[in-house]
Amino acid sequence: MILALYQRSRPILALKPLATLLCSTTWQPLRGLFGFLPFIMGTLWVTGVAIAIAVPLSLLTAIYLSEYAPRAVREWTAPLIDLLAGIPSVVYGIWGVLVIVPLIKNHIAPLFGVISTGYSVLAGGIVLAIMVFPIIIHVATEVFRSIPAEIREASLALGATRWQTVKYVVMRRALPGIIAAIVLGASRAFGETMAVLMVTGNVARIPSSVLDPAYPLPALIANNYGEMLSIPLYDSALLLASLVLLLVVLLFNIIARVVLLKIEGGMR
Amino acid sequence: MDRRKVEEGIFKVLMLASAFTILFLLALIVATVVVKGLPAMSVAMITQTPKGGYYLGKEGGILNAIIGSLCLAGGATLVAFLLGLPVVLYLNAYARRGSLLAMFTRFSFDVLWGVPSIVYGAFGFTVMLFFGLGASLLGGIIAVALLILPVMTRAMDEVMRLVPPELTEASYALGATKFETSVKVLVRQALPGIATAVLLAFGRGIGDAASVLFTAGFSDSIPCSLFRPAATLPLAIFFQMGTPFPEVQERAYASAFILTALILAISIAARLSARRYARHVVR
Repeated sequence: MILALYQRSRPILALKPLATLLCSTTWQPLRGLFGFLPFIMGTLWVTGVAIAIAVPLSLLTAIYLSEYAPRAVREWTAPLIDLLAGIPSVVYGIWGVLVIVPLIKNHIAPLFGVISTGYSVLAGGIVLAIMVFPIIIHVATEVFRSIPAEIREASLALGATRWQTVKYVVMRRALPGIIAAIVLGASRAFGETMAVLMVTGNVARIPSSVLDPAYPLPALIANNYGEMLSIPLYDSALLLASLVLLLVVLLFNIIARVVLLKIEGGMR
Repeated sequence: MDRRKVEEGIFKVLMLASAFTILFLLALIVATVVVKGLPAMSVAMITQTPKGGYYLGKEGGILNAIIGSLCLAGGATLVAFLLGLPVVLYLNAYARRGSLLAMFTRFSFDVLWGVPSIVYGAFGFTVMLFFGLGASLLGGIIAVALLILPVMTRAMDEVMRLVPPELTEASYALGATKFETSVKVLVRQALPGIATAVLLAFGRGIGDAASVLFTAGFSDSIPCSLFRPAATLPLAIFFQMGTPFPEVQERAYASAFILTALILAISIAARLSARRYARHVVR
């Protein structure tokens, strides 16, 4: 897969060095200028906002589900969270357009005295955060479950409260696993296309606040595939974009999976 | 008041609040889809193809997308199953325990699971260009099959690993070959898990839009050949949301409703089938 994408993106790499392509800010395919920086920044902003929202909420939920909740609650919520993971991304997109975008336009943006169409980094971040919840919760509860009960009991026996046990014992032990969960979530957010495409506004400029529109990398690929064969080097540039996306996501995933494998191995 | 108790209380409230927020958001999403989609549903909607172009025409329904989606996801599930089953059987019956190849295979499927669907779409597109194929049902099936292969393989692998080694050993002791053992013992024992894996993969395949965007294309008619473009529900939602006409947007809402209902039904069916087929399993 990497080879095939590299093969197709070679024409543009032969003309310009990779560094120039990635750091230039002008995107004018008709003049042969392909600068990926606005798109990369757009992706980073949206992913950053999504992770900032998703991490505290989903970690607290995962702790609650694995450390506090009675068995019945756990059995009821697991299928619901799986369901959240199964909803197609276009449906999240529709929901974002119908609910989040008007909310930002009419309520959140005026609060800060900014005029916004609602199609913004924040909208993308919120929608992505919801899509990332199930992944982080799922992986984090697995990690919490892999921690032996004796360790918790030892801490509780010393008179620690439950929260202290979670804070000093469980969290410390689970830290690598939690980081792996967050990295997996981030890589999902990084590559998510349709939902983001529908709510971020797609303006090719580096966003300067969360209420600005953005144009993430996957959205760029999706939007321009139709006309890419008619402009020279355009297809090459877009395939380079998907190659960059693939490499970043692969790197994230490999790191996270290695950490998780280590944890699993330590259990046996 | 004990500071520790206060801290405990504060965090417990925070945890409950976040758990409820997440469940509330889930309910909100489903409610939005139902409220918008239900009024748009009608007999014409699910029995007619769009009239006068999907983007502009105000009459007609989304039959093309329903059929297209079912064909596409069904075909892709079949392809992925045919490719995935031998791999899983190899991993569980033929590979030695702790073999490096098996570990590497599992690891790469885990990593592939995280690859964004748009990349599969782009990859499928380059493959299609290589073979001189245009946007077609076949191209879509290939891209979606690649997308769901890791999901399906890993899910089947997980259940087969749980088959007790005594069972396979009993089969070998009776003189069965590895192939007989894998087909008659492993597959049979893991059947509920396999059914769940297939349904899950089907659900993922039917809901994905980014991978079919360039590979399957879109059309107004019901797909009749593997080499013609086919409409799909996710793209029907995506394209028809973008029009300025409320009548056309209705079609997008109806598609979203049908798609969500399908996914719900599939995930319930996956759970039920796991229970139903469990009777055949030797414990």
